[in-house]
Amino acid sequence: MIGRIIGISGPTVSVALAGLKLYERVVVGHARLMGEVVRLEQGRAIVQVYENTRGLGVGEPVTGTGTQLAVRLGPGLLNQMFDGLQRPLEALRQEQGPFIQPGGDRSQLSSAQHLRFTAVKQAGDEVRVGEALGFVEEGPFRHTIFATGSAGTIDTIAEGDLPADGLVASMSDGRKVFAYHDWPVRLPRPYRRKLTRFEPLITGQRCIDFLFPLARGGSAIFPGGFGTGKTLLEQSIAKFAEVDIVVYVGCGERGNEMAEMLDDFSVLSDPWSKRPLMSRTIIVVNTSNMPVAAREASIYTAVTIAEYYRDMGYSVLLLADSLSRWAEALREISSALEEMPGEEGYPTYLGSRMAEFFARAGVVETLDGKIGSLTVMLSISPPGGDFTEPVTQACLRNTGAFFMLDTALAHRRHFPAIHWFQSFSLYEADVAAHLDKQVAADWSALRRETHELLQKEESLREVAEIVGTEGLQDADRLLIRTTEGIRRRFLAQNAYTDDAFSTPEQTHQMIRRMIEAHHGASARLEKGEHLEQVLGEHR
Amino acid sequence: MRLSRHSYSTLRSIQGPLIFVEKVIEARMGEVVSIVFPDGREVEGEVLRIERDTVLIQVIGDSRGLDMDHSRVVFTDAVKRAPLSLAVLNRTFGGSFQPLDDLPMFVPDRWAAVSGLPLNPVARERPQEMIETGFSTIDGLNTLVKGQKLPIFSCAGLPSREIAAGILEHARARSDAAAGQGAASVVVFVALGLAHHEYAYYRQTLERVRSDFVAFINLAKDPVVERLLAPRYGLTVAEYLAFEQGRDVLVVITDMTNYCDALREVSTAREELPGRRGYPGYLYSDLASLYERAGRIKQRNGSVTLLPVVTMPEDDITHPIPDLTGYITEGQIVLSRELHQRGIFPPVDVLPSLSRLMQRGIGKGRTREDHRDLANALYMHYASGRDLRRLEAIVGREGMSDEDRRMLDFAEAFEREIVHQGTARRGIDQTLDLSRALLERFGLLGS
Repeated sequence: MIGRIIGISGPTVSVALAGLKLYERVVVGHARLMGEVVRLEQGRAIVQVYENTRGLGVGEPVTGTGTQLAVRLGPGLLNQMFDGLQRPLEALRQEQGPFIQPGGDRSQLSSAQHLRFTAVKQAGDEVRVGEALGFVEEGPFRHTIFATGSAGTIDTIAEGDLPADGLVASMSDGRKVFAYHDWPVRLPRPYRRKLTRFEPLITGQRCIDFLFPLARGGSAIFPGGFGTGKTLLEQSIAKFAEVDIVVYVGCGERGNEMAEMLDDFSVLSDPWSKRPLMSRTIIVVNTSNMPVAAREASIYTAVTIAEYYRDMGYSVLLLADSLSRWAEALREISSALEEMPGEEGYPTYLGSRMAEFFARAGVVETLDGKIGSLTVMLSISPPGGDFTEPVTQACLRNTGAFFMLDTALAHRRHFPAIHWFQSFSLYEADVAAHLDKQVAADWSALRRETHELLQKEESLREVAEIVGTEGLQDADRLLIRTTEGIRRRFLAQNAYTDDAFSTPEQTHQMIRRMIEAHHGASARLEKGEHLEQVLGEHR
Repeated sequence: MRLSRHSYSTLRSIQGPLIFVEKVIEARMGEVVSIVFPDGREVEGEVLRIERDTVLIQVIGDSRGLDMDHSRVVFTDAVKRAPLSLAVLNRTFGGSFQPLDDLPMFVPDRWAAVSGLPLNPVARERPQEMIETGFSTIDGLNTLVKGQKLPIFSCAGLPSREIAAGILEHARARSDAAAGQGAASVVVFVALGLAHHEYAYYRQTLERVRSDFVAFINLAKDPVVERLLAPRYGLTVAEYLAFEQGRDVLVVITDMTNYCDALREVSTAREELPGRRGYPGYLYSDLASLYERAGRIKQRNGSVTLLPVVTMPEDDITHPIPDLTGYITEGQIVLSRELHQRGIFPPVDVLPSLSRLMQRGIGKGRTREDHRDLANALYMHYASGRDLRRLEAIVGREGMSDEDRRMLDFAEAFEREIVHQGTARRGIDQTLDLSRALLERFGLLGS
């Protein structure tokens, strides 16, 4: 059935077309723009259009597709860059040139590649939904092909080279299972159960790993004003994190940054597996000048892809930069729908949408009985660097770790500009217990002492503001020397040198040397030596 | 499909720059309309919103004199386009692309939609070729590269125009500088809501600059809505010159604060929900649709480098305009009232200033091998010196250690010798030599 456009307002279009369902995907106008039904009223449906509506005319045709906005899941996702609607950007460039033209239905994932399938089930086997039928090789990874749809008995199953359409198995009830399947982006993928585990996720950033550690399956946010190094930190973590798969979402951010990231990731290798970094990475990008509605969809596209790899039993890290741009897209759409605004114009459902999103992180036992994890790290761009704004606040209620990026530290070129008093990690005790066993028995003890030294320094600096550093006692001046070293050499890490990545062992050695030197110097002060003598030697 | 031009006299209401027209058949979003006044005068308008057969139109230009009974609106079935041709070079236009230099309008080779299309991120070439501006604080510490967008955050009364003019005059690609060539290949200058004396200043600069230019001028007296259009014309022309004609284009837009205020004015008239400080919620996306047009494209010559000037209201960097600009652009050059009052030119406060694309533009083979180390050392020691000034205010210089006093002196010398340079142009080698000498004098090198 073909309907007509009857109204256009910003990214939303009202259409006269009976029989549409909520969240159904529709094709809008002569240019065949993609859209999604967001509201149904008597005689009309409101469609959120994922592309620029400029030039769209009233009276142009609209057709429903009968399906929801979905991601195509299957081999070939890794090593790719997609837009917010999962269109492969490199293919788009070859087809259209450097600028993205609106409209047109494009295949989301190329099925033309050659796939070799190894079956783990055989004809006659009963399979449940989400059970593995077999796997194909995707670069260095074993890519599981799951039974989809409903439970049943396998009639025939492929082995070796798959046919061009990717047919894997035929079921006795006549259904067919392919290497590719579509999954609605707004629907979390199912698992058997969620597990409570706190295994460390090593990021390679000393300040995070040592002071505010992250757990696999956990979540973290890092809010910071502009210029505080959110993107740089996020990209460093994408490079060095000890995970199998990284899904990176550039949500409403800069195009040049994405070019830079592609450039870097294609030459660098993963420090853990030594393989090219891109072979474990999927990038979803919707830059700030790409259409707003697709920006809203992009994080769902990414999280669905991330869940899919989690279901294969991998440890997956989802990084989004920045969640604020997603929230703003939500606000823009909400405002075009003339919904009643909540705080600062954001829709009142901002908090619940975010909570749902955070809930997609976790360690799970998959339908196939494997253990997979999805860790979520989100950057936030608070207006004016003010953390009392709704997006930061909504995230704080849901997140497991909070890395506050501080403008004053950034101005001093202390990167990562993570503030060591304001930040927190709810995982610290559990993760530190793991690291005591894995790295060194004194890990927790060193952590405690470092925290204490930094705390003491803070109060000493307040005193020094009044009496001057000359007025402090030798022991206090020594402490300030030590913490200065900790701040400059340990907590700060230059992302452009070899120091950009630090293993837990290196982190431990470095801090232990610093703390031991401090102990040594303190002992000599107590024996009556002068500070100048002591410092002169151990410098 | 409808006929290409439709004329309507069914105006329902007129509110400032907005007109509602009824009984319109098949209008297009963004469609250009021509509004015919009772006295026969014509101005342009654009379709903003459509609800069945009622269309909301924004008048681009002065709406005084419109009436309900005799005015007409002609729909053209086309979205806003810019005429393109090399004949655009060295011409001056108004905010609606009307010639202001007493020459006839040129014959365009083709037309392109002014809103542009988003550049595919995989088609972007990573910007890494330094542009030498002649200012130490930029070249040495916040290096600008081809294809970057780097705004100047100024305050009312600070010499942002002298800095912008200095860059227009002296900017050259590092590779060209070595070969002794001239300034940026083309300058696109967009004036938004400028006072006449400001404009006169830029006018003189453009005449002095040896490179080609294209100017789009909207002065304070000109229609507010044109301020939304002029930068889009400028950038469409810039993209054409860069990516089709292979020129290196430097786009200067001043003042973006006037642009944002125009956007707020129009948004309020449209009765949209206001965001922070009354600016519309989509200010970020709207600014991004301009700033993101800077860049380079793989396998093509040419570049669009963008230098917007933003005047921070109340000197407040957290005001929505500089704030959202900073979130989109690749760094910022921040001017300081305090430095200006102490007679330092350019009064650039290097601590909040930043160039995100600096790292790839400097170092061996690009500027000099020691560039990065020198810049890092200057930053670190200047930041400590600045911190100590607060302490000095409380305990006095006498209460401080020798080491602390040395850092205070260093910060002072840095401002006097590196930041301050008057109107002289400094090459990058000179900047680096001065920096090295200063650090050596204070014994701060190689520690």
